Amino acid sequence: MSTRPETTNQKTQMMTGADVLVASLVEHGVDVIFAYPGGASMPLHQALRRYSDKIRTVLPRHEQGGGFAAQGYARTTGKPGVCMATSGPGATNLVTVIADAKLDSIPLICITGQVPTSVIGSDAFQETPIVEVCRGITKHHYLVTDIADIPRVVREAFHVATTGRPGPVLIDLPKNVQIDKMSVRWDAPMNLPGYVVSTPRAKPEQINQIAAAIKLAKRPMVYAGGGIIASNASEELREFVAKTGIPVTMTVMGLGAFPNTDALSMDMLGMHGSAYANWAVRDCDLLISLGVRFDDRVTGKLLEFAKQAKIVHVDIDPSELNKNKQAHIPVCADVKATLQALNEIVERKTDIGSWVEQCKKWKADTPFKYDENFDGILQQHAIRELSDLTQDRETVIAVGVGQHQMWSAQFYQFQQPRTWLSSSGLGTMGFGLPAAMGAQMARPDALVVDIDGDGSFQMNIQELATCHCENIPVKILLMNNQHLGMVVQWEDRFMDGKRAHTYLGPVHHAEALGDGKNAFAKERYPDFVMIAKGYGCAAESVSKKSDLRAALEEMINHNGPYLLDVEVPYQEHVLPMIPTNGTANDMILE
Amino acid sequence: MRHVLSALVQNVPGVLSHVAGMLASRGYNIDSLAVGETEVPDLSRMTFVVVGDEHVLEQVRGQLQKIVTVVKVDDISSKEYVERDLMLLKVHAPPDGGRSEVRELVEIFRAKIVDVGAEELMIEISGRENKIVAFVERMRPYGIRELVRTGRIAMVRGGLGKVGKSE
Repeated sequence: MSTRPETTNQKTQMMTGADVLVASLVEHGVDVIFAYPGGASMPLHQALRRYSDKIRTVLPRHEQGGGFAAQGYARTTGKPGVCMATSGPGATNLVTVIADAKLDSIPLICITGQVPTSVIGSDAFQETPIVEVCRGITKHHYLVTDIADIPRVVREAFHVATTGRPGPVLIDLPKNVQIDKMSVRWDAPMNLPGYVVSTPRAKPEQINQIAAAIKLAKRPMVYAGGGIIASNASEELREFVAKTGIPVTMTVMGLGAFPNTDALSMDMLGMHGSAYANWAVRDCDLLISLGVRFDDRVTGKLLEFAKQAKIVHVDIDPSELNKNKQAHIPVCADVKATLQALNEIVERKTDIGSWVEQCKKWKADTPFKYDENFDGILQQHAIRELSDLTQDRETVIAVGVGQHQMWSAQFYQFQQPRTWLSSSGLGTMGFGLPAAMGAQMARPDALVVDIDGDGSFQMNIQELATCHCENIPVKILLMNNQHLGMVVQWEDRFMDGKRAHTYLGPVHHAEALGDGKNAFAKERYPDFVMIAKGYGCAAESVSKKSDLRAALEEMINHNGPYLLDVEVPYQEHVLPMIPTNGTANDMILE
Repeated sequence: MRHVLSALVQNVPGVLSHVAGMLASRGYNIDSLAVGETEVPDLSRMTFVVVGDEHVLEQVRGQLQKIVTVVKVDDISSKEYVERDLMLLKVHAPPDGGRSEVRELVEIFRAKIVDVGAEELMIEISGRENKIVAFVERMRPYGIRELVRTGRIAMVRGGLGKVGKSE
């Protein structure tokens, strides 16, 4: 795709910096950008207007919403998401998005306007040193002071964001550079002497080492993470499991890498993972760790984690190897290529029958469960119903952060990669709705549902306006328990149930002090149905269990954005639970 | 364990801040950090002294290498190398009290007097860290007025130290 005017074959032409930037985005295949204008980014928006036939510009209602929408697009497609904000507050509103993308390794291009170079450093109006602020949370960053650098910088930004371990790249563009005109060389080469371009491949002897370890293992497990998703290695993982018959557990970032519906899926592990996954990891003698980082929410007490196991660790980022857990076979390589090489030589494990039976027995005996006779709608029940109703159609699930997020991870049956969008590393509340918007832009024909909590939802509720005004038909399944449920759960478990600012209704309600007498909060605040309608979105409320299925069906089949406000209780805990720094033996099941 | 790391970095604005910020935010203990240009105008050299076990060193290296503007990182303490520290020191040494003794010490340590004031001498000394430290201790009784050090710089012995060459 070329954006260069056809009249010229020369390598240079006169353009403004803003046009050069937008044309460069088009050249890199960008078809949608989430951009909120302001004084220092107006020339960029004028350029976006000129290129509106090639790039759709979506106007979020808060820069963070735009940034998470770009993430939703990136997580759904694997292509870099692009967002833009003005200088100062616009830029700082992107900071959380950038930190989030860094921790979850999401390719993201963030463009910020900056005050003119002549006043940088003078505390000018809406000036923040955003590159300074974001240094430690970007994969790379640029403050562009010369228009001639723009094509190279954009080329480098896309390259760095999408190769190796993906991540966010920030481009800060002062207003005078946006306005300047000059003849631009389009073919300026990249200048990244410190960035290893090639995708590392495992050495043949490392592949043989892993294969030999698999051959010897009596109780092997696969521990698959976001690296499988990032490297598009889901097919290879499925082939590996089909060939070897080794059970698989996934991190919260890895959900979708392997279908939950497969008998060998041990589902999610970790703090709120399945009992069977945590027991299997505790007892395994070989842990094949693929695209994971031994995060504390997965391992609990590091010394006890997979203590009996030989550890194979494959990751593209060498600094992850031996960072938290020493690996017996550390392999710095692309996990997809590694699995391809392994799949050529591994054979069916015929000597692990009793181990697999043990895993399956754990799974059958101690599944994720909830009180199915509860008089009312439990969060887990609502999510399972949604899962059942949507298994046969293309569905993408986005979530906020908290109990509803963990229950979604536990009870929704994921079949495909890139259908589960969760702020996993940073745990940013308010992620769900904007991420769902971005996913819907990427997959207009799919059903995109934001399963949210009433706390998280309100952190980016303004994006309902974007959904309405830009015709983005996302659905919101709101688990409305009037509390910050996950914090409430910790209060209940570890702080004698003392409520400390975890009730979201008026402070004079009994629930504010934890003195509520009922399963449900007395009055529900705010009126989410009215809010959604005020934004122009359709909305319904449901509180009876017998009405749930019909209400979900109506939501799914609605042509346009739709909020389903579900009244759920607040005493429900996410189980199992391994307390911080605990082990599989400390797991709370009841 | 004490390690001397030598990093070749792109000579672009912010790279020092980036490296220093990374080290600080991850809690690595840096004894010394020196930065300067190299024979290649686009590249600068950073020399770090890191204290920690092998695991810490591996982490610091890994995190340094991940910074896009960091071109190459070497643990030169695993090789034959020369290490230097440059110090400027102003010491109280009036003509009638201690000046000659200080001059004698300067000679013994192969330091250099670079400025002579009414009451003070400014002394330049370079060498390994323990020599610098020893000299500071000898000067202390006379009254150190001011002291500046560059931090450690280091270079591998032999012919393969060129910036442009890869290993």
